Amino acid sequence: MTRSRRLLVLAVAVLLLGGVGATLVQRAASRADRPRTGGPEATAGSVTLTAGRDTLAFLGSGQGPHRGALASVPADAPDGPRTVSDLTCQRFYAAAGTGVCLRSSPGALAQDNKAVIVDAALRPVRSFPLAGTPSRARVSPSGRFAAWTVFVSGESYGAAFFSTRTAILDTRTWKLDASLEEFAITMDGRDYRAQDVNFWGVTFAKDDDTFYATLSTAGETHLVKGSVSRRSVTTLAKNVECPSLSPDETRIAYKKRVRAGASLWREHVMDLRTLSDHPLAEKRSVDDQAAWLDDGTLAYALPADGAADRTDLWTVPADGSGRPEPLTSGASSPARLG
Amino acid sequence: MYLADRSAPAGAKTAPGRGSGRGPAVAPTVLALGTVSLITDISSEMVTAVLPLYLIAGLGLSPLGFGALDGVYNGVSALVQLTGGHLADRVRNHKLVAGIGYGLSALCKPLLLLVHSLGPISVILALERTGKGLRTAPRDALISLSTPDELQGRAFGVHRAMDTTGALLGPLAAFLILGVAVDGYDAVFGVSACVAALGVVVLVLFVPSGAGDTPPRPRPAAAPAAPPAPARPDPVRLRDAVALLRLPRLRALAICAVLLGLTTVSDAFVYLLLQRRTGIDDQWFPLLPLGTAAVFLLLAVPAGALADRIGRRTVFLTGHALLLAAYGLLLWAPDWPALPYLVLALHGMFYAATDGVLPAAVAATVPESLRASGLALVGTGQALARFGCSLAFGGAWTLWGTGPALAAAAAGLLCCAAVAGHVLRPAPPAPGAPPAPAPPDPARRP
Repeated sequence: MTRSRRLLVLAVAVLLLGGVGATLVQRAASRADRPRTGGPEATAGSVTLTAGRDTLAFLGSGQGPHRGALASVPADAPDGPRTVSDLTCQRFYAAAGTGVCLRSSPGALAQDNKAVIVDAALRPVRSFPLAGTPSRARVSPSGRFAAWTVFVSGESYGAAFFSTRTAILDTRTWKLDASLEEFAITMDGRDYRAQDVNFWGVTFAKDDDTFYATLSTAGETHLVKGSVSRRSVTTLAKNVECPSLSPDETRIAYKKRVRAGASLWREHVMDLRTLSDHPLAEKRSVDDQAAWLDDGTLAYALPADGAADRTDLWTVPADGSGRPEPLTSGASSPARLG
Repeated sequence: MYLADRSAPAGAKTAPGRGSGRGPAVAPTVLALGTVSLITDISSEMVTAVLPLYLIAGLGLSPLGFGALDGVYNGVSALVQLTGGHLADRVRNHKLVAGIGYGLSALCKPLLLLVHSLGPISVILALERTGKGLRTAPRDALISLSTPDELQGRAFGVHRAMDTTGALLGPLAAFLILGVAVDGYDAVFGVSACVAALGVVVLVLFVPSGAGDTPPRPRPAAAPAAPPAPARPDPVRLRDAVALLRLPRLRALAICAVLLGLTTVSDAFVYLLLQRRTGIDDQWFPLLPLGTAAVFLLLAVPAGALADRIGRRTVFLTGHALLLAAYGLLLWAPDWPALPYLVLALHGMFYAATDGVLPAAVAATVPESLRASGLALVGTGQALARFGCSLAFGGAWTLWGTGPALAAAAAGLLCCAAVAGHVLRPAPPAPGAPPAPAPPDPARRP
């Protein structure tokens, strides 16, 4: 082939591939403007986190103009029309007028990840930079403490790695414990220290000190009970991830890995006094930190059928009976307010 | 990141008969390969940059444990590199084998759109890595075979600089797309596939299939077994490749690469250490590799040219001394605001002084017909040694904490560098010449 022939082929290839690329970007960009068909009706309006009115808050999921926007519905009509705010997050949780919104937006060279603390009117109060992609968020029942978990990824000659970083924030003093990995760990009665320690999925008790979380080390996950003021945690049980404390504080709901190494989990409930547990009626793999709607019911997100980018909310009785029921479609990060 | 495509050593020596010294700055083949690497790196770094976000936010997966698998792929990739190098010598068509590697990686990108769980995604990334392993040695062999002896360092420097440029542009492109199209991961993967395909097109069109004698006209890549190069009727056998280790100079280089690799703490640990010991904010963590890459990019060419002038051994060892200085600074951790910049600068200088210089040195010791095998041998040794170092360093960190682990690595690096300095001392007959026992080279200036 002569030089000019080769350049011609190159030019054609650039045009063709460039055209395909531009089309792909254009198609993806226009997706955001198309309202989703089907699903509950959504109206823009103001959402408040004030206690008193019994509402359910969650983030919209799936494509469309309200993707990631915080929405609320009356607790007794979860699949009815939604009020949608203009606060968008990747993960959200709220209690007693304090909300934590984990947000990830594309920056110039890397994602720009933030944890934004909002007040009852969803006004940002403070924001904290995050080291990675948002994963879990919780607020203590009193609204005083917030916790979040992010995935941190790094790269190296040897390996790309994922680890988690979990922080606890006191919204009264704004004191931030940026990484639970600095807390003292007691495992099976002894001090424990290791480089591969990861924490995730904090859940708070009403006393504004006690919390539960998952600790992972040496290839195993543990349920830990911790104290914010003493900066310490103690292991209680194995194979527990993303615990969620029941409102009466007697049980935790959590995801239990079905088989080591497989990304499959069953949702279980454990009695904290006896440490005995039972599986729930949900047979599908749940990869979420479930939220208690009341002392007998759990809500969690599951990928929607046939859609990779959308989740639906489901509920299941906490005692292992009954069967999973859809709560509402196109939603994630449920929180019962009031 | 920019390690995207490295790890293969490269070789050098077949001066294509150009007069001494200052021929054209850089062989067209090197520029063509640099362009291919640049484009391919844009493509693969686009995916790497958005992958965490895609897995967690897009698919709602918990990617913990992903890292462990990744380590395994890296071991596999190192061994694939050996296969790729040997295969390229065997069929005498480096371009074909490199092209298969680039093509395989390109095919993996659109597949990412079709799978939505961690298992299949891991498989696709492993295939992508296999493509990378396959192409590295033949590509470096092509670079070395198209460049006269005394310009090898600079040629590899140019290639590495272009490669790293791509690695820096990739995330930029990816986040630009995500900025335009909210959650447009499919668009990112699609565009990445198009970019990778363009890389293959450039390879096919503009890179000659270096069967050794640097044909003036590139042949179409499709031609399988290279048209028999007139000179070499002997088939290349596995035994020949293994016998390479009997070459004293190559053996010395291989030993040094392995020894130094065993004490080179992986980038991820360097960034973690930097963050822990200097207390820089979380939000800067993802940007740390960019600092290293920027310095590497700026200095790769000057360092390569310097290596050609004052000796590759000197530059290679100086690079490790700079790394040692970076370890030292991290150990000392003085309270200077400039400390993170300084460490990243040293880390980038380390790459600039070693990453292209090692292949340049290796190439000078290996006969043309086994160039890719020789490069792969040293590259694989180095990659496996670094992998071993990651495991050991992780263990030491757990047992002893960061300070002692780093101190141990620094002490190890000092010892290994001393041994390497001794092993690589210039062969008596050619004082002041590049470390390679340069085969008689008429072109060398008096």
